Amino acid sequence: MADQHVQTLPPNLEKATLEGKNKYLGFWLFLGGETILFASLFGTYLGLRGSLNGGPGPSDLFHLPLVFIMTMILLTSSLTSVFAIISMKKGNYKGLLTWMTVTVLLGAAFLGFEIYEFVEYVEHDLGFTTSAFGSAFYTLVGTHGAHVAFGIAWITTLIIRYRKSGLTLTNAPKFYVAVLYWHFIDVVWVFIFSVVYLMGIGG
Amino acid sequence: MSYAKAQSKSAVWDWLTTVDHKKIGIMYLVAGAFFFALGGFEAILMRIQLMFPEASFLPAQTFNELLTMHGTTMIFLAAMPILFGLMNYIVPLQIGARDVAFPFLNSLGFWLFLFGGILLNLSWFFGGAPDAGWTAYVPLSSEYSGTGIDYYVLGLQISGAGTLIGGINFLVTIINMRAPGMSMMRMPLFTWSTFVASTLILFAFPALTIGLLLLMLERIFGATYFAVHAGGNVVIWQHLFWIFGHPEVYILILPAFGIFSEIISTFSKKRLFGYSAMVFATLLIGFLGFMVWAHHMFTVGMGPIANSIFAVATMAIAVPTGIKIFNWLFTMMGGRIQFTTANLFALGFIPSFVMGGVTGVMLATSAANYQFHDTYFVVAHFHYVIIGGVVLGIFGGAFYWWPRMFGYKLDEKLGKIFFWMFLFGFHLTFFVQHFLGLMGMPRRVASYLDGQGLNDMNFISTIGAFLMGVAFIIFVVNIFVSMKNRETSGDPWDGRTLEWTIPSPTPEYNFAQTPLVRDVDAYWHEKYEGDGKMKAAEPLGDIHMPNGSILPVIISIGLFISSFGFIYREHGVIWVAILGLAITFGAMFVRSIKEDHGYHIPVEEIKNDKGGK
Amino acid sequence: MKYLWRLLPLGFILLLAGCGKQNLSALDPQGPVADIQFDLIKLSLYIMIFVIVVVFAIYLFVIIKYRERPGDTHIPKQVHGNKALEVVWTVIPIILLLFLAIPNVMQTFTLADVDVNEEEDDFVRVVVTAHQFWWEFEYPDYDVVAGQDMYIPTNTKIIIELEASDVIHSFWVPALAGKQDNVPGITNDMWLIAPQEGIYQGKCTELCGEGHWLMDFKVIAVDPDTFDTWASSMARTVDEEEEVNVVSAEGREVFEQNCISCHAISGEGGDLGPNLTNFGERSVIAGFLDWDENDENLENFIRYPTEKKPGNLMQPFPNLADDEMDALIDYLKSLKVLE
Repeated sequence: MADQHVQTLPPNLEKATLEGKNKYLGFWLFLGGETILFASLFGTYLGLRGSLNGGPGPSDLFHLPLVFIMTMILLTSSLTSVFAIISMKKGNYKGLLTWMTVTVLLGAAFLGFEIYEFVEYVEHDLGFTTSAFGSAFYTLVGTHGAHVAFGIAWITTLIIRYRKSGLTLTNAPKFYVAVLYWHFIDVVWVFIFSVVYLMGIGG
Repeated sequence: MSYAKAQSKSAVWDWLTTVDHKKIGIMYLVAGAFFFALGGFEAILMRIQLMFPEASFLPAQTFNELLTMHGTTMIFLAAMPILFGLMNYIVPLQIGARDVAFPFLNSLGFWLFLFGGILLNLSWFFGGAPDAGWTAYVPLSSEYSGTGIDYYVLGLQISGAGTLIGGINFLVTIINMRAPGMSMMRMPLFTWSTFVASTLILFAFPALTIGLLLLMLERIFGATYFAVHAGGNVVIWQHLFWIFGHPEVYILILPAFGIFSEIISTFSKKRLFGYSAMVFATLLIGFLGFMVWAHHMFTVGMGPIANSIFAVATMAIAVPTGIKIFNWLFTMMGGRIQFTTANLFALGFIPSFVMGGVTGVMLATSAANYQFHDTYFVVAHFHYVIIGGVVLGIFGGAFYWWPRMFGYKLDEKLGKIFFWMFLFGFHLTFFVQHFLGLMGMPRRVASYLDGQGLNDMNFISTIGAFLMGVAFIIFVVNIFVSMKNRETSGDPWDGRTLEWTIPSPTPEYNFAQTPLVRDVDAYWHEKYEGDGKMKAAEPLGDIHMPNGSILPVIISIGLFISSFGFIYREHGVIWVAILGLAITFGAMFVRSIKEDHGYHIPVEEIKNDKGGK
Repeated sequence: MKYLWRLLPLGFILLLAGCGKQNLSALDPQGPVADIQFDLIKLSLYIMIFVIVVVFAIYLFVIIKYRERPGDTHIPKQVHGNKALEVVWTVIPIILLLFLAIPNVMQTFTLADVDVNEEEDDFVRVVVTAHQFWWEFEYPDYDVVAGQDMYIPTNTKIIIELEASDVIHSFWVPALAGKQDNVPGITNDMWLIAPQEGIYQGKCTELCGEGHWLMDFKVIAVDPDTFDTWASSMARTVDEEEEVNVVSAEGREVFEQNCISCHAISGEGGDLGPNLTNFGERSVIAGFLDWDENDENLENFIRYPTEKKPGNLMQPFPNLADDEMDALIDYLKSLKVLE
């Protein structure tokens, strides 16, 4: 089955058609815009992270072990999405679906931890409206979380929609750009981890 | 969908669902023209109020709403959409493409813009329009203004998303869809400037998205980024706004530069002088456009070091702009200059824009800027560059491409009356405003006191505004009386670029055969070096077309509805917001799971078209 | 003809300088800061006029010489460009801009220089707080708070600290100095010197709401001795004041009943509205209204504060009895510190 696909489908499946090529390039450009979006949020956060307004600050709240676990989960999910694309390139559709499912599950675990984290902070008196720091923190990290949630919904939709179709010229680019997106939110998280958490505790 | 089915749609349904870049372009033009007229009307009302000192024609509150809506409407809902209309129609034709890269997203971009614009303007009827200026500086906009600002935030957020989508679409179209032989360095300047402007959109609009998001969260959910009492910082808004806002002015002016390059070259019957220098200058302007945003903030207290850096960086933009001006002049030199209406706009542009440009350098002089800032000098400056540059470019482009887009030529005689009246009115309105500013008139004032020496020039300025208004009416009349001048040749101006190689009216599939491009000014090359016809890059065959879709309209309506839920959240209608978002995401979900393979136009049909023409 | 060319920029400047009212126009500078700025404006204008002349000359030459004549159908030579020319019109503008950029950077730093030697220099510090839609001038070294009229001594460096209580405003006295913004949560500073006595018009230049266009103030430059008198009189307490001035007791009572929660006089009263200690010497009422014979402007302003100044946050007093109103007006007009 897998071998047949290798024979009938061209290499670089995601860019084999003009539609696929457009989608691939368009999505890269979209991620360029997303970079500015997050850069604006980072800038805002850096401008406001010292404005505690009498509320709790980064060093009162952040626990590195929790954030470290979250980081590991998300990094692993990036890795599993790479396995998914490797499977796709080998024509192993079942492998693609399986690895994508693992990616989604890891994403959901990450999101669960993030919600837990937020609840914890609110209980420690850092509300969204407590201080400029609070607003900026929840907006930056929350926007990232919303991206993760959207990614989970997107990839889940793809998995269900194409559960029986096999690999085609139409769905290969879709899976490919979804994985691109997933890498992007992973990279953003690495920045959040450094700028928000490490700098928050360290300085 | 089959070809026959695609042909049998009713007209209304056809326009609502179309993904044809040409129809979307025309819709952009129509909607943009409507908002342009609206913004112009708002300007006339303000000029009537300012005609005499201490006038009571308009209450101060209404005046503040008008100045906000005039600026917002002209920038976001008139100038940019009209340029988008021209880009949509012309760019695929100039690069020899049958379509844009993302026809569906292209349609979505238009409908988002339109519903965002309608939402913004509905504020007039529901509790007052936004009143904090188009820049909406906090805390005036966050803590001291009414629901108008909610309309501003959500309206711009929706239409801004449409613009971003449009920008990405143009970028991918230009990179991926060029005809064989159309290398980047053979692209017409209008396409080049569209490319650079789209890049600016891609990197500038997300900053606005975030600015608006923060303002919305602050107003709706009580966030405190800008609230000084909770440690917020009001200057952050200004940075976010101008990181978007300064590139925005280049998003507007670069396409206008592109239009002028086409017009001047065509009507001088000469190849553009210094093509690669022109491309380089366009890129450089786009790049520097991101480095200078804080020159809007010289008086906000950034300190002398930042002020000096941004002053010098801003002055640097004069260099590539100067390169462009001189290259246009030298394109005309040695040419055979035809004074068509389109070219009159280009010729009127050069001196007008130079005057706007030099006041830009004056404004960049940070120490002197403390006198200029937020006065009528600034008002004069940006109207000189936006009307003298962008609006003249739009009108020039309209006269130039009108036969291509609508199949008839606009009347030249009426066009020339329109041009002279508009140009004269424009200078009459804005030239005196330089002096008003230096004589002590701040901008955004609802009136001015008698006895300050400001009366005469304000009166003159208003007369000029009336002239511009009358001129625009002549243009609208021209559109209707010229309809009888059918233009069937497809190449009325002895054009140089690919959009003039196809028959008129433009077939749905643009090019029966994708052309083979052999030089800059591909058509001109074939006319004078070849046999006058484009070489084909492919045999005649069936042409694949995308299906129309109503989903873009539904997605946009969903966001439109949900906005009301957010605006009137205090009345317990947050469910409306959820409903609207459900509609939007539902439509996106349908789009995502439904595969759409389009349809084919059979080769016989294409042969019929060719024979019939 | 050559002579005329040289005269052109000069004539233009004369035309500029003739524009506007002397105490309001940036084109008729009355102090060193405005001078620096006007000099830069002139410098940039000369350079720009040069650019305009060059461009317009080429432009006119080209469109006249190369216009299409009737019957002309020749195809012009398709020139590609000229590298040397490109270099010329890149390099010359850069040189021209350097002539502007260097003095500009120097003056930007000069204008930002608010350092003074506390011991030796002669200076007065004023904290300017902008409110919707009026101005408060605090003199921390004199313990004085004034509203609407900013008194300064001539020939003295005035160090101005700018603050705002609500939204962003901007402090502009065109004849003396360019503007800086009053930003909530941030203190900006600037300086100015007024060599000559006079009343200079000031304006708010940042859109701040409905009353923005009427948010005017005055800078009143007086000789240093008069300024000292003014400042020490402004600092008097109510009791001291009563010893110096015989004030209308009835009017004072009306004031204490109605106005004192927002307006202060001689150190007593609220700070929600302008300090009225020297109200009788105000050049105009509320920043813009002229004094008139029967004091109708003042009475109407007290009764209906938003009628002439829309957006005004002052509470209206439509039903104040006529005799009370008269007494109040008499009292307010008697509030003088310089006599």
